[in-house]
Amino acid sequence: MNDIQLKYSIQKGDFHLEVDTHIPATGITGVFGESGSGKTTLLRCIAGLEHSETSATAVHKRRIGYVFQEPQLFPHLTVRKNIEFGMRRNPAAIDTVDDVARLLEVEGLLDRSTKDLSGGEAQRVSIARALCQSPRLILMDEPLSALDERRRNEVLPFLDRLHAETSVPIIYVSHNIDEICRLSDHLLVLDDGRLVAEGGLRETLTRIDLPQLGGRNAGTVIDVSQSRYDDEFDLTLFGFSGGEIWAPGCHDPSTVRLRISASDISLSRSRAESSTILNILPAVIIATATESSSTELVRLNLGDDILVARITRRSLQQLKLQVGDKVYAQIKSVTVRR
Amino acid sequence: MMDLAPLWLSAKLAFVTALILIVLGTPLSWWLSQNRSRWQAVVQAIVAMPIVLPPTVLGFYLLILLGPHGAIGSWWVQLTGETLTFSFAGLVIASCIYSLPFAVQPMQNAFESLSRKHLEAAWTLGASKLDAFFSVAVPLSARGFVSAAVLSFAHTLGEFGVVLMVGGNIPGETRVVSIAIYDQVETLNYQAAHQLSIVLIAFAFVTLFGMFIINRRWQS
Repeated sequence: MNDIQLKYSIQKGDFHLEVDTHIPATGITGVFGESGSGKTTLLRCIAGLEHSETSATAVHKRRIGYVFQEPQLFPHLTVRKNIEFGMRRNPAAIDTVDDVARLLEVEGLLDRSTKDLSGGEAQRVSIARALCQSPRLILMDEPLSALDERRRNEVLPFLDRLHAETSVPIIYVSHNIDEICRLSDHLLVLDDGRLVAEGGLRETLTRIDLPQLGGRNAGTVIDVSQSRYDDEFDLTLFGFSGGEIWAPGCHDPSTVRLRISASDISLSRSRAESSTILNILPAVIIATATESSSTELVRLNLGDDILVARITRRSLQQLKLQVGDKVYAQIKSVTVRR
Repeated sequence: MMDLAPLWLSAKLAFVTALILIVLGTPLSWWLSQNRSRWQAVVQAIVAMPIVLPPTVLGFYLLILLGPHGAIGSWWVQLTGETLTFSFAGLVIASCIYSLPFAVQPMQNAFESLSRKHLEAAWTLGASKLDAFFSVAVPLSARGFVSAAVLSFAHTLGEFGVVLMVGGNIPGETRVVSIAIYDQVETLNYQAAHQLSIVLIAFAFVTLFGMFIINRRWQS
């Protein structure tokens, strides 16, 4: 598989975007950053909607499907005509409206007017429309941010399904770390028009030297396999490279990813024998970084996985925690991501 | 018996004018809607001038321009052997200039209220700029086109001063309904003036009423 080259340089007023990197031609590449960091501008450059001012810029020759923040359906066309719009203009399109409509479960909406759709339905139709031209690259610009929590949860499973069923690479822009954790395989972090971090999702997400990935965003994802469901206590046991981990509730066997926030992990030197915390796992400290005047981020290694814990600077000193030390990570809560 | 010839001539003039203005006004309106340069403001002002200028001023200069010694008129004489002034063709040219703002402004407003994102969506779906214009911008601006057609038709129908200056009063050629009414009043033939005037009043009301109803339905 060839990588996709992203090389853009553009000046818009005071704002300058400068990106020069390669991303994998498979899976979902998340682009994370605060608003104003240049995420949308980057996508627009890739789509050719912004014209880069330097001649060194490689303009993409791939057929590109663009999913906007708002669905941007054409109000004068029915749902079916909207979905057909791109297909009719790309002779090389191989997908059929019916296949794509089935994937996004919009078959029942095809003959409706776009005005009669809910926000979630409209966004699903717009994803179907982008897919129907058989794109070689799909760009998604915060496709869930205009939706409320309920609508968002209605659309997210379709993005998971898209991730699982299509081989087309997707670039997914979001300022929401949860969406990024759930969907991406690869991560780019943008700040003020510049790439500050890039790489595989787990390695990049667990970097503790970046303010963009600190605070509420600090944490990690681990890929897991399901071991068993305990129906007496309604808990599911997941296995991963660093051991086993319990999560409340009964989960779909397809669940493969958990998210653990840095503030949900505490550390201790010895294994607490009588603790209410279910998940206590042995780990090794591989790095520490001061996050604020009171807090410290600690990067931990468990098997092939990496965790990030937030502890107070005081605790770090009192326990004399150092790189290489063996500790126990006490995980207070786990969020099942997909 | 009412003389219907001026009515038909007016209708024909208004129809031809509206048609030409829609065709030529569309690219002009699009350019005005997408452009924010100083030139845009200059063109915008020129297009709007017929609204403020007295028709006699417009008619006066058109008479000179279209006359056998004028820039356009002399060229026309060479081309066809006929003069533009006091002819139907001359009236069409004059009406197009006179009614231009009434066609351009509704179309320009419609284009300006168009979401650029819809066009971008069309581009990312493989539509060329021209394709996106016809398959997205035009249908979404249908209301502007209807307003432009109705207003330029109705406004041409009501034209008097410019026609008098450029066209005169030749039956079947330039004697449009507004001139005919003026003529009947001059010769104290009030009944004939009434008949033609009432037809125009009824037409104006029905047209504008119809347009507002259509607009209202479009909004909901």
